[in-house]
Amino acid sequence: MWTGAEQESFTKVLDEFEKRTGAEVTFVPTGDSASTALGTKIEGGEPPDVAFLAQVGVMHQFAEKGWLKPVGDEATAQLEKNYGKGWRELGAYGGKQYGVYFKAANKSLIWYNTAAFETAGVTDEPKTWKEFLETAQTVSDSGTPAVSVGGADGWTLTDWFENVYLSQAGPEKYDQLAAHEIKWTDPSVKKALTTLGELFGKKDLVAGGASGALQTEFPKSVSQAFAEPPAAGMVFEGDFVAGVIAADTKAKVGEDAKVFPFPAVGADSPVVSGGDVAVALKDSEGARAMLTFLASTDAARIWAEQGGFVSPNKALDTGAYPDDVTRGIAEALIAAGDDFRFDMSDQAPAAFGGTKGAGEWKRLQDFLKNPDDVAGAQRALEADAAKAYGNG
Amino acid sequence: MGTPRRLAVLFLMPALVLLGALVVYPIGYTLVRSLFDAGGSEFVGLGNYAEVFTDPDILVAVRNNAIWVAVAPTVATALGLVFAVLTERISWGTAFKLVVFMPMAISMLAAGIIFRLVYEQDPDKGIANAVVVGVHDTFAEASAYPGARPRPDGVLKPSGDGAFTAASPARPGSPADLALVGLPAAQLPEDARDAARAPAGDGVSGTVWLDFKPGGGGEPGVVDPGEKGLPGMKVEAVSGGKVVAEATTAADGTFSFPAGSTPRDAVLRLPASNFTEQYAGVDWLGPTLVTPSIIGSYVWMWAGFAMVLIAAGLAGVPRELLEAARVDGANEWQVFRRVTVPLLAPVLVVVFVTLMINVLKIFDLIYIIAPGPTQADANVLALQLYLSSFGGGNDQGVGSAIGTLLLLLVLPVMFFNVRRIRREGRR
Repeated sequence: MWTGAEQESFTKVLDEFEKRTGAEVTFVPTGDSASTALGTKIEGGEPPDVAFLAQVGVMHQFAEKGWLKPVGDEATAQLEKNYGKGWRELGAYGGKQYGVYFKAANKSLIWYNTAAFETAGVTDEPKTWKEFLETAQTVSDSGTPAVSVGGADGWTLTDWFENVYLSQAGPEKYDQLAAHEIKWTDPSVKKALTTLGELFGKKDLVAGGASGALQTEFPKSVSQAFAEPPAAGMVFEGDFVAGVIAADTKAKVGEDAKVFPFPAVGADSPVVSGGDVAVALKDSEGARAMLTFLASTDAARIWAEQGGFVSPNKALDTGAYPDDVTRGIAEALIAAGDDFRFDMSDQAPAAFGGTKGAGEWKRLQDFLKNPDDVAGAQRALEADAAKAYGNG
Repeated sequence: MGTPRRLAVLFLMPALVLLGALVVYPIGYTLVRSLFDAGGSEFVGLGNYAEVFTDPDILVAVRNNAIWVAVAPTVATALGLVFAVLTERISWGTAFKLVVFMPMAISMLAAGIIFRLVYEQDPDKGIANAVVVGVHDTFAEASAYPGARPRPDGVLKPSGDGAFTAASPARPGSPADLALVGLPAAQLPEDARDAARAPAGDGVSGTVWLDFKPGGGGEPGVVDPGEKGLPGMKVEAVSGGKVVAEATTAADGTFSFPAGSTPRDAVLRLPASNFTEQYAGVDWLGPTLVTPSIIGSYVWMWAGFAMVLIAAGLAGVPRELLEAARVDGANEWQVFRRVTVPLLAPVLVVVFVTLMINVLKIFDLIYIIAPGPTQADANVLALQLYLSSFGGGNDQGVGSAIGTLLLLLVLPVMFFNVRRIRREGRR
């Protein structure tokens, strides 16, 4: 879970909770494999009161095993007041409210190098996919490679696909594909991959061409776009790009690095999101009070003011965010209403959506290498998906 | 005399219990587990084995394992032998041995990270490509304008092999505007001046310029103020597939051919030599080279091990035999080939077999060095075992089947090794 700066900010939220309730809270970060760490604790009979989970699938799994306790009436009241239906339902399972989404991620952002845009004479942020491709062409013509793609990490490619697909095929199809109710050989997938191929297939638009992109890990895809001279004008990924920019480059977010929402491929811009959900593992007074507090606007405001945080709480005044960039990201997230969707590959079985060198990661890397072969990519994706979902 | 039976059993008990719990039971359980499905509840017979021998990914792993076993121990042993023999008689041999042996002190994980860097594509980071690119650039000259290209709707069209050719024949008296884009302004040569339209003379003339000025603006395909010429650009006039005349652009991008030097049907072409991309080096971790590259890192680690063992064996070789051979008129190569190597054979076999067992279960180097896109091309059985069982697949049935297969592959080598040790014990 959260470490470093994030932990510091969250501790401030906890301090406020302690001040209000007089309770004492201990925060234990679990590292990357939260579900393993928690599973061990629960099976050992010593669960914490409240835990944060990053994957929807893990929450469902825990709920199914009966490890989770409902949030209680007060938290539900807070949720109804402050949260949209989409976020409430994400925290529910089997008709019961188990979770409070405290921290959200917006994975539908294009970050750009303002100097590169200036050199290219681009003044308007593109709103549609067509404008986006034109902008990319202009940036490329100006001598800066247009789009940095971190293709060595498969998950950035799944995020590319998810954004195009959500915007083009719509939320319903997205849910069906996420649950593998429709096959990857579906015409809607073909259309999305063809659209993606309009970018991936142009050597001029992708920094380093496909082979260069396949050797670029996500952190490098960000740092090269904000290096001097820039090796790319734009880079796609979630709000966490800001952290990489701050850590690995000299660029300043808000001045040298700005952001616009992922262009609309269909009618609307997509919002693909992630988030950390707080759940109660014990049926205790303290756990319920904590969830109620986390669902409140006050708790969200404390972290929002620290920065590096986007809240799904729609009652939070966006004035609380410390800078324009974060505010824009948060506004885009709230504006999506209930049409935002959770990261598809995070919902899929890990063998398909989360394994280096296999499943969707590998197939989309192959597609990046050879964007003309849409049908072949679809067949390979479907074969892997059928195996992983076990419902061929 | 004879020890009382019960006492013997009592003393053997701890060892038997430990071996049973830590070796025999896991092997037995793996065998049983390999006959069940992913969940471990349903009996599938040999289904998992069928999957192992039909899944294309696993077949690649089997093939790669064969390559590893054939190549890595051989190369490491051969290198170790060469090092051992060569360093035997020089005074700083020990220092040399120390250096060659040093990689053994590093964990596989650290070695993997080191070689991930060594094989990095960017010559500024990866030393392998730094060497390759350095050598290449010493012999081949870099072009002045890598990456420059015409606009898709411009006068010039790509004509294969990286050259750009004008769509229609050049007319004397109407200067050609050959617009290029895609170059950072900072990369232009220092002597580049603002582009100018070529004067309309008797011969064919024109301008090659960067049709993009910082900040944008200006009309595509038109020489606007502030846009720079591209000096030193080679321009060819081509007629009937042959180059009939050549010109080079001036500081403002203009060029001209002498009147009458170009036939009426000649078209202008900017040859590929203007645009050759900088040599990117070898794609070490690409699909074809990834396994040899990783084997290279393995040899780097283990050649020292082979060398030390062989050097120890060499010390035990009786000097008088070598002297006798020399006195009999054998040259050094014959001494090495006919005396040293046969005498060293037992040591060489030990080293070879040890490395073979070691290589069969190779995992760490591949898991760390192979990047995501080519991990499947570098796959080996031990890695596939991990991936199938825990790395997302969560199919411990197939994982156990692979484990059993690995065991079967190691067994003959083990058997051979045990028999050899026994025979030696008897001697």
